[in-house]
Amino acid sequence: MAKLTDIVASTAILPAISSSDRDAVITELIDALIASGAAPVSIRQELISKLLDRERLGSTGFGKGVAVPHVKHKSVKKMAAAIGLSPRGVDFRALDNQPVYSIFLLLSPDDRPEDHLHAMEVIFKNLSKDTFRRFLRQASTVEDVTTLLEEADGQHLAA
Amino acid sequence: MIALSLSTPVITSHSLKVKIINRLGLHARPAMTFVDVAMTFACEITVTKGDTTVNGKSIMEMMMLAAGQGSELEILATGCDAEKACTALHAVVAGGFDEE
Repeated sequence: MAKLTDIVASTAILPAISSSDRDAVITELIDALIASGAAPVSIRQELISKLLDRERLGSTGFGKGVAVPHVKHKSVKKMAAAIGLSPRGVDFRALDNQPVYSIFLLLSPDDRPEDHLHAMEVIFKNLSKDTFRRFLRQASTVEDVTTLLEEADGQHLAA
Repeated sequence: MIALSLSTPVITSHSLKVKIINRLGLHARPAMTFVDVAMTFACEITVTKGDTTVNGKSIMEMMMLAAGQGSELEILATGCDAEKACTALHAVVAGGFDEE
């Protein structure tokens, strides 16, 4: 089973996103992933467009204050995720029409669908836990988030 | 006598197995399609892959299956429209969610 700490780029954890605009938040998370080296800057605009197209097709705001926008690209060599936390909430046109406070943005290579499914599995196994969602929403620093991810990987969290 | 003639719906269970055939597997969009179809039925629906069983009406839980191409799902429906639900969901999965 993949671990959250392996998937999440430590420099792409943004604990206090100020924008409440979905597109701006997605852009901010992509920029953080590019800065972390997860994707070349040359595909920045393409990644953002693909993510937004995907959101228009159907929101990845699956409910309970979380969203998991995701995109695959052939220039992405290794799976990487960014985490954005918005204290005010972001309008993700979520399925339950509620604001989104925690965003996991996942970047995957386009030729390994199984790896993508497993990353989504580990992300959703944690996001489906009330404890994990509550701690994530309460986290205010990168350290808070990192500690939470380590605890989740060690399965120290209650359901 | 009147009360007796108002027959209560019979609760039935129905289950079947179906293989994921589309290349990308049960990723978010197909999972959402599955849930959308499942929600049109009144019965309870669970989906099992290996030793993991999830609620077929929850997108978050469906994503926990990580069901790739070739994996087999068991759909179990319990309720008055169980058989119809199984038939509809089987068609969605076996049709590859209209993907390649």
